[in-house]
Amino acid sequence: MKRAGTATETPQVGRAIPRLESWQKVTGRAEYVHNLRLPGMLHGKIFRSTVPHGRIKRIDTAAAAAVGGVYRVVTGEDIRAIVPDPYYGPAFHDQPILALDKVRYVGEPVAVVLASDPHVAEEAAHLIVAEYEELPAVYDEIEAMTSPAIVHDELRPAGTFPDLKHLQGRKGTNVALDYHLRRGDAAQALAAADHVFEHTFRTQQVMHTPLEPLVSVAESREDSLTIHTASQSPSFVRIELARLLGWPENRIRVRAPFLGGGFGAKLYIKLEALVAVLALLTRRPVKVSLTMEEQFFTITKHATTFRIKSGVTKDGRIIARECEVWWNGGAYADIGPRVTQKSGFTAPGPYDIEHVAIDSYALYTNLPPAGALRGFGIPQLVWAYESHTDLVARALGLDPLAFRRKNLLRDGRPQATGTVLQDAALGEVLDCIEALMDWARPFDRGAGPVRRGRGIAIGFKACVAPTTSVAMVTLNADGSCIVYSGTVDMGQGSDTAMAQIAGEVLRLPAEAITVVHSDTDATPYDMATLGSRSLFHMGNAVKLAAEDARAKLRALAVEAGLPPAADVPIGDIFRKRYGMQAGNVIGTATFIPSYTPPDYATGLTPNATPFWMVGGTGVEVEVDTETGHVRVARLVNVSDAGTPINPKIVATQISGAAIMQLGFTLFEKMEFDAGQLRNASFAEYKIPGLHDLPREMVTEAVAAAQRNGPFGAKGVGETGTFGVSPAIANAIEDAVGVRLTSLPLNAESVYRALASARGEPLADD
Amino acid sequence: MAQARTTEVRTIRFRLNGEAVAAHVGTHENLVEVLQAHFGLGGARESCGQGLCGCCTVVVNGRAVSGCLYLAAFADGAEVTTVEHAAPGQDLDAVQEAFVESAAFQCGFCTPGFVLMTRQLLDAHPDPDEGEIRHYLSGNLCRCAAYPEIIEAVKLAAKKRKMQPRKREAG
Repeated sequence: MKRAGTATETPQVGRAIPRLESWQKVTGRAEYVHNLRLPGMLHGKIFRSTVPHGRIKRIDTAAAAAVGGVYRVVTGEDIRAIVPDPYYGPAFHDQPILALDKVRYVGEPVAVVLASDPHVAEEAAHLIVAEYEELPAVYDEIEAMTSPAIVHDELRPAGTFPDLKHLQGRKGTNVALDYHLRRGDAAQALAAADHVFEHTFRTQQVMHTPLEPLVSVAESREDSLTIHTASQSPSFVRIELARLLGWPENRIRVRAPFLGGGFGAKLYIKLEALVAVLALLTRRPVKVSLTMEEQFFTITKHATTFRIKSGVTKDGRIIARECEVWWNGGAYADIGPRVTQKSGFTAPGPYDIEHVAIDSYALYTNLPPAGALRGFGIPQLVWAYESHTDLVARALGLDPLAFRRKNLLRDGRPQATGTVLQDAALGEVLDCIEALMDWARPFDRGAGPVRRGRGIAIGFKACVAPTTSVAMVTLNADGSCIVYSGTVDMGQGSDTAMAQIAGEVLRLPAEAITVVHSDTDATPYDMATLGSRSLFHMGNAVKLAAEDARAKLRALAVEAGLPPAADVPIGDIFRKRYGMQAGNVIGTATFIPSYTPPDYATGLTPNATPFWMVGGTGVEVEVDTETGHVRVARLVNVSDAGTPINPKIVATQISGAAIMQLGFTLFEKMEFDAGQLRNASFAEYKIPGLHDLPREMVTEAVAAAQRNGPFGAKGVGETGTFGVSPAIANAIEDAVGVRLTSLPLNAESVYRALASARGEPLADD
Repeated sequence: MAQARTTEVRTIRFRLNGEAVAAHVGTHENLVEVLQAHFGLGGARESCGQGLCGCCTVVVNGRAVSGCLYLAAFADGAEVTTVEHAAPGQDLDAVQEAFVESAAFQCGFCTPGFVLMTRQLLDAHPDPDEGEIRHYLSGNLCRCAAYPEIIEAVKLAAKKRKMQPRKREAG
């Protein structure tokens, strides 16, 4: 029960309180757009492309439109009536609301059937016929570098990001962004090194599969639109819709209640432009709710190829590293070019290396688009550099943990960009893994058909910069408090964390605070809920806004003739000042950290990020040499979360991220056959369940402080993913002596590697 | 004009969370849709659409079913219970309390399914070991992967139930 304005001396930061919305979630009453129904609402069902690349010759919607109960069928050309240039996207304006002229992947939206009954719409959508003139297609990110098959005739940067402007109008290429970093002289240092090692690693395309599939609802009024959407970025949706429609931002309201998972799938703009246009065309509320299957055709995680080459001295110091990373972005750039740059610059790993060269490429292909997925490209990079690190240590006969420690970046030392590391607890995380793994203890690798092995890995990430958060904290005349925050609570517990931060400042129990979240008519601007940025950016904004409210309350006390330092209940101040229970105190704040963009030619910058995140993993595995089956017996995950605002939520974020990454490591894979996805359902695309849980899980956040974070805190939603994949591959080699360089590490790939290692390769190897 | 095959309607009468109700439902409509559209109950949610994730769990005649695969017309005459059902005088039951105290959910979308399956598990096995918990709940998926906390919550709920025997539910 919320109680107004009862001051507390208990610190609110550091309390492991249950999430504020717990009651709503365990009783099934939490609000999701999934459940939203509006009077007169139409449901849209999408007709999708069946070819990977082709010119649209004809779309025949007559049979669908004739079905009883169908309100209307809409194609890309109909949309031009409302939006003359209907292309959207955060980095490139490359994605049409519905396909125009061309289709670029199997599953691309081509037409929509609207009906009051979603089943009628679905049945009618099956009656649409489209004819295409098929074009050559490209699927592989390396082939896309040189393929004559060109996905986009001309590049169309959005103009939002200065480092993409030079790509304007470029033709005949699938490269959506190339990022280069040069520090020292890697080629010369490699030539002079005692040992040189080179490996290539690959990751597979996977999907976020939030259990609440992507869903948006739009309703139009005289000259305004309200979009109810399962979105991680309501502010961006509003700005992008305003641009598409040529409207001012204040005619568009975007609200996001709770999300049934996001993980990066619900970022930027997805279904919102479509429902907005459909609502304007029909003047009725329109809902588009994807099925689980359709999600696989909407947004995915980049498949990658990463070639990494290191020069190492006799005594085990890494002196040079070359990294070439190719990101398979699929048919539309989404935020891929940001991943290429913002994650690309950490490709050499958390090591102190004097000579570094990085080349990172975002590629268009004829596959479903790829964007951000819990780590923004970092898990793909850590997979490669930590597998490589282990291979180097083994080749030199060095203990993998000692080799890492010897080369680890420390606070005060420059990272590859030249930005000096600060408050990155790399050493502490490695020490903690060592202790939790009892690394010095002799390890029994077994003798029978089941062999045991152990492995470790450590990775880091720079928070995306520069981004802005604005917050508002109000006090009512009875002393109760409301926090207005655009951060979307998609399960990470942000409402609770923001309440704890405001409560800490205002000496109010967090449970007594109401958090109003993500409604652009009520909550101020926030860049987006992504990349573990919210606790740091919005947390700082809420802290500053609460401090502003506190200062204004003191001023109010002075106006009321009360001594400023007096311990007067808040309600008494208002009553004294306004003669009754009336009035408000409104605290506001904007937070944007400092940032220096990288030099275009060298990729170097003295200020790449406001904070670093660190995550490390240790695993013990059992490998069945007769079947190739890998069992994770023990999974240790250690993160640097700064000083946790809510230790319980921090622990669940770390372990949840690690288990999600376990799926991407051991079995999840989108299987394609000439651009056709073969396993777009939970029957054929398995995600981790209770049986996939390691026998034992250990989760730890090291004692640390992020000095520029709110009360020493920083984001932790992604760090649990960093080390899982390479730690398992390293443990597999430790157990059975074979090295896997492509994800996933499923029984078939382990068994094939074992067969090859004993000189009996299986067919197709 | 072609007639969609999905328009036949019939009237069903059943007991929903202890109350006698009736609804005109399309023969193609599943139980989750009817609970949402006719009764405003959003706790059962269609996610995978294949009965593989457990988000749509509804209890029909005392057994948990996948509501997304259960045609609403078959609920005629049945006793249907959803997560929204609370026993008289109880705000949260032992299972719900345990889920809150153990932080056994993040986004909360799958939580109603886990709560209903945990109740059924504890009805059948009041003191389950970890293997039984993993096995019994393996048909419920949680993409946030709050699994370690869910296992803790089930154990805690078992303890709570023993300490305060559950009140008989209405119905």
